[in-house]
Amino acid sequence: MSSSTYVQLVDLAKYFGKVKALDGLSLDIAQGELVALLGPSGCGKTTALRALAGLQELDRGQLMVDGKDVTFQSASKRGMGMVFQAYSLFPHMTARENVEYGLKLRTHKVSSQKRKERSAELLDLVGLSSHANHYPYQLSGGQQQRIALARALAISPKVLLLDEPLSALDAKVRTQLREEIRRIQVELGTTTLFVTHDQEEALSIADRVGVMRNGQLEQIAAPSELYDRPKTSFVAEFVGLTNPISGKVSGGSIEVLGSVVKTLPGSVTSGTGIALVRPESLDVVASKSGNATVAAASFLGASCRLNITMNDGTKITAQLLSSDAAGIGAGATVSVSLLDMPLFVKAAG
Amino acid sequence: MKQRMGVKIWRWSIITVVGFYLLVPLYAMFDFSTKPYGFEDSGRTLRAWKVIGTQEALFEAVTRSLITALIVMAIILFLVVPTAIWVQLKLPLLRRPFELLCLIPLAIPAIVIVVGIAPLYRWISINLSESPITLAGVYSMLILPYTYRSLSAALDAVDIHTLAEAATTLGASISRVIFGIIMPTIKTGIINGSFIAIALVLGEFTISNILNFKTFQVVIAQIGRTDGQVAVAVSVASLLFVLVLLLLIPNKKRQGAVLDVDIA
Repeated sequence: MSSSTYVQLVDLAKYFGKVKALDGLSLDIAQGELVALLGPSGCGKTTALRALAGLQELDRGQLMVDGKDVTFQSASKRGMGMVFQAYSLFPHMTARENVEYGLKLRTHKVSSQKRKERSAELLDLVGLSSHANHYPYQLSGGQQQRIALARALAISPKVLLLDEPLSALDAKVRTQLREEIRRIQVELGTTTLFVTHDQEEALSIADRVGVMRNGQLEQIAAPSELYDRPKTSFVAEFVGLTNPISGKVSGGSIEVLGSVVKTLPGSVTSGTGIALVRPESLDVVASKSGNATVAAASFLGASCRLNITMNDGTKITAQLLSSDAAGIGAGATVSVSLLDMPLFVKAAG
Repeated sequence: MKQRMGVKIWRWSIITVVGFYLLVPLYAMFDFSTKPYGFEDSGRTLRAWKVIGTQEALFEAVTRSLITALIVMAIILFLVVPTAIWVQLKLPLLRRPFELLCLIPLAIPAIVIVVGIAPLYRWISINLSESPITLAGVYSMLILPYTYRSLSAALDAVDIHTLAEAATTLGASISRVIFGIIMPTIKTGIINGSFIAIALVLGEFTISNILNFKTFQVVIAQIGRTDGQVAVAVSVASLLFVLVLLLLIPNKKRQGAVLDVDIA
């Protein structure tokens, strides 16, 4: 355990019959850090979060928080703040009462005046001071999740646990709220574990993102590193889009689309491999003697997505800045080449 | 427009028919209770209604039945509701057996239940108390099918697992979760179940009569043997009492709409 490690999940295992929800998961989180766990449904990310909250018993493993072993501590005594995927405000309480609820239960009683001040402060932090006396049914989904966040933060939690809190919201509210969560987390310096299946969400607000698969951590890294330097084909293919293009591998390089680029560690080292090429790693230029034809072009605002058919029949997707894609439409003959970026190469077949 | 009018007419026709079905017997009872008594001249009289006030046994029976109903309500609140919540939260596999257990009293005729519990009540009468209030025990069992349905519907309408987990992470013990979070959330279901229980306790006749306890309905039946008009007047009054109780069941609007979210 390094000196900055605040939360430590050690070799966690949880089996539901034959299903391995957690299968030797280990993870360290530094104080004040926001770590996102990302992965497909059933990969064990929520089980890991619930185990840390004390809501899920483990078959094996150890949970350390601030140097203390909390593995067998009950959920009510762990001091974790949690925001759930489902709306979880207590329906018979107003927003303020919801926020004050955790403070009322503290072992060292918080005076009524202090509770009021704390709830006012947190409602202000989430921008809902004017809704303090509203009941949950009078609030929108986004507002309910903001109050739930304020409620979780009111108890000054050791760790803030966010279990897909934005997934029930519409796209616009989701974007606003995730930025707000990040702002508040940075402002308060609360150590946070955020579980999501939405990679955009994870990449945009986390300090580090852990990609999970079959109860294990495939890779944990800063968002840019995870995207640019995946260590496994699963991570490369799960995070962002990739074009599988075959090429010859030798000496730590691969020859693809007429270019030779370096391969990332973990890639196959010889023979024929499949390079996983990001759509934005492709350079597309209109050219009458090009090696591909544009099948369809989609305008996405700042960028433009091109579905391209190579002369050998391979179908790929490229993403360019809209300004660079001007004049390239469906049916255009183009020349496709690779930008000089290292690629992850998986074994063919 | 034409279709909507048709629906409206259809709806009001049903309401009128049902209204007649329910109100005509009530009117007939009231009519009978105010008819001239014995050899009196024709005209209306409130004699039977005035006599109610002089029936001491009746008041004692009403008081006893109301106390019994309150005890039954307490049993619902502190035993049935927490058990139902506990089963739903912690023992989901027992949900079906528990439901079945609660529905059994509905399938067994009251007379069979009496035969079964008569020896027990004989023992209770000899060793504990002869008060009809002891009937609260058997009534708590009788009302289970109705109370459980009402509770079950309320519990199903709310995500109690998430509420319970949210409260737990904030530091609440399981008793606080049940009594402080889940029970207020399903308040409407509990009140519905309790009022139905009161109505059933006040209206129960078979068991109390066979076990020879002087409850409200038994006393009404006894009065009916000597003065039919008073018995009918008391019945109308008790029906109105229960009707008022049922009307007091709070409007579900607020609690029911709790998780009905309008995403901004």
